[in-house]
Amino acid sequence: MTAITAENLIKDFGDFRAIDKISLSIAGGEITAIVGPNGSGKTTFIKSILGLVKPTSGNIIVNGVKLNGTFKYREQIGYMPQQASFPENITVKETIDLLCDIRNKTGDLSEELINKFNLQKEYNKKIKTLSGGTKQKLNAVIAFIFDPEILILDEPTAGLDPYASGILKDKILSVRKGGKTILLTSHILSELEDMVENVIFLLEGSIRYNGKVNDLIERTSSSNLERAIASLISGVAV
Amino acid sequence: MKVLSKIVKYQLQDAFRSRWLAAYSLFLIVFSYGLISLTGDSSKVVLSLMNLVITIVPLISIVFGTVYIYNSRDYIVFMLSQPIDRKILFLGVYLGMCVSLAAAFITGIILPILFYANYFVNNLADIFIVLISGIFETIIFIGLSFYIAIKNENKLKGFGISIFCWLFFTVIFDGILLMILQQFQDYPLEKVSLLIISINPIDLARIWITLSYDISSLMGYTSAVIKDIYGTGWGSFITILLLTVWALWPLLLGLRNFNRKDM
Repeated sequence: MTAITAENLIKDFGDFRAIDKISLSIAGGEITAIVGPNGSGKTTFIKSILGLVKPTSGNIIVNGVKLNGTFKYREQIGYMPQQASFPENITVKETIDLLCDIRNKTGDLSEELINKFNLQKEYNKKIKTLSGGTKQKLNAVIAFIFDPEILILDEPTAGLDPYASGILKDKILSVRKGGKTILLTSHILSELEDMVENVIFLLEGSIRYNGKVNDLIERTSSSNLERAIASLISGVAV
Repeated sequence: MKVLSKIVKYQLQDAFRSRWLAAYSLFLIVFSYGLISLTGDSSKVVLSLMNLVITIVPLISIVFGTVYIYNSRDYIVFMLSQPIDRKILFLGVYLGMCVSLAAAFITGIILPILFYANYFVNNLADIFIVLISGIFETIIFIGLSFYIAIKNENKLKGFGISIFCWLFFTVIFDGILLMILQQFQDYPLEKVSLLIISINPIDLARIWITLSYDISSLMGYTSAVIKDIYGTGWGSFITILLLTVWALWPLLLGLRNFNRKDM
């Protein structure tokens, strides 16, 4: 079963081609990582899936829905951006309430992430008084709280302390066991290795590798993911 | 509709706790209070309030609107990743901004006037027109600012265009008009000037306020012309109509651009 399919996806920003004819499918119920250096098109690709960026040509199909200005399909997506910010003078609780309201779901406030991050004690604080890490925790909670079928996490552990990022990783793994699809990007490759099944390597907007992590490591005869990617970048093997 | 009202409610929650909005309201209160206690002449007060409506209100609205869109970019992107229609989100943010700034404006003008209520018994209609035209200016310039900020990715450029836009309608436009009138003074230009002036939302507000006033002939060439041609009733109707057009087109353009934009 595929959760997300891209067909000949092209995105130009003026003269710059951010995504160059990408065709791929992302397996449902698995963890897939998109890796690549800065400016390789990772975020643009994620934003195309979310409908934030409109493709120049090509199609994206999410859970059987072909994207073209529709928004309903996003009910099944939980998104954690690199940095989200909310209006400054709103409290944490009000923000969660708003999103529950919009999705017409109650949202599980006993959610384990809220407890583990100890977010209850921040409920009545205004967003502007929160630290960067706490904001990131709030983003994580919002991504998971509606129990979506597909989770899209852009640099999920960036900005979190090691303890919190451990909690988040455990959560990702437990959601994976529940059969959800997880798509994430990260710069910290060593962190991905132990949890990710599939890896998509983007360079200058096109796919250089798409497959299992283990295969990649074997094929490049490297000792770990980080070195395997490094050898992909330097053009050796594959 | 339900989602729209939720977003507006949330925007208002944020705006009404904002210090900037409170500062704007406070400034208006101090300004109008000072005006009333210094002049004591209700007609003069109304005229000064009119000048406020056609200079400060547009400036504040266009600046607040531009800054808000640029500052809220991450928030807007996040909201668009939720199952929300783009148009609804845009309208929600827009209405939230309009309602909060208009509320701050009304509070700032009304409170001092209520305090001196007995001064103004004869000018109630004028004050009402000042308030309505202030609301129009707020809505128009927020619409313009949203359009400009969405169209321009570069903050500095967007901000520059916004300020220029305000300067153009408050100062430059009248300068150009005056030049034209002076150059062609040998010709009957009443109707032409009327046409030109109706493309400036600030002049429209000025016309509308002065129309209802006996002193319209003193206040400016154009309102006297309008009064001559249409009379007060029709004149007011046409200016309101044109102001409504002005409130709508930047909003619709902004909406269209927002709908297509890559976030």
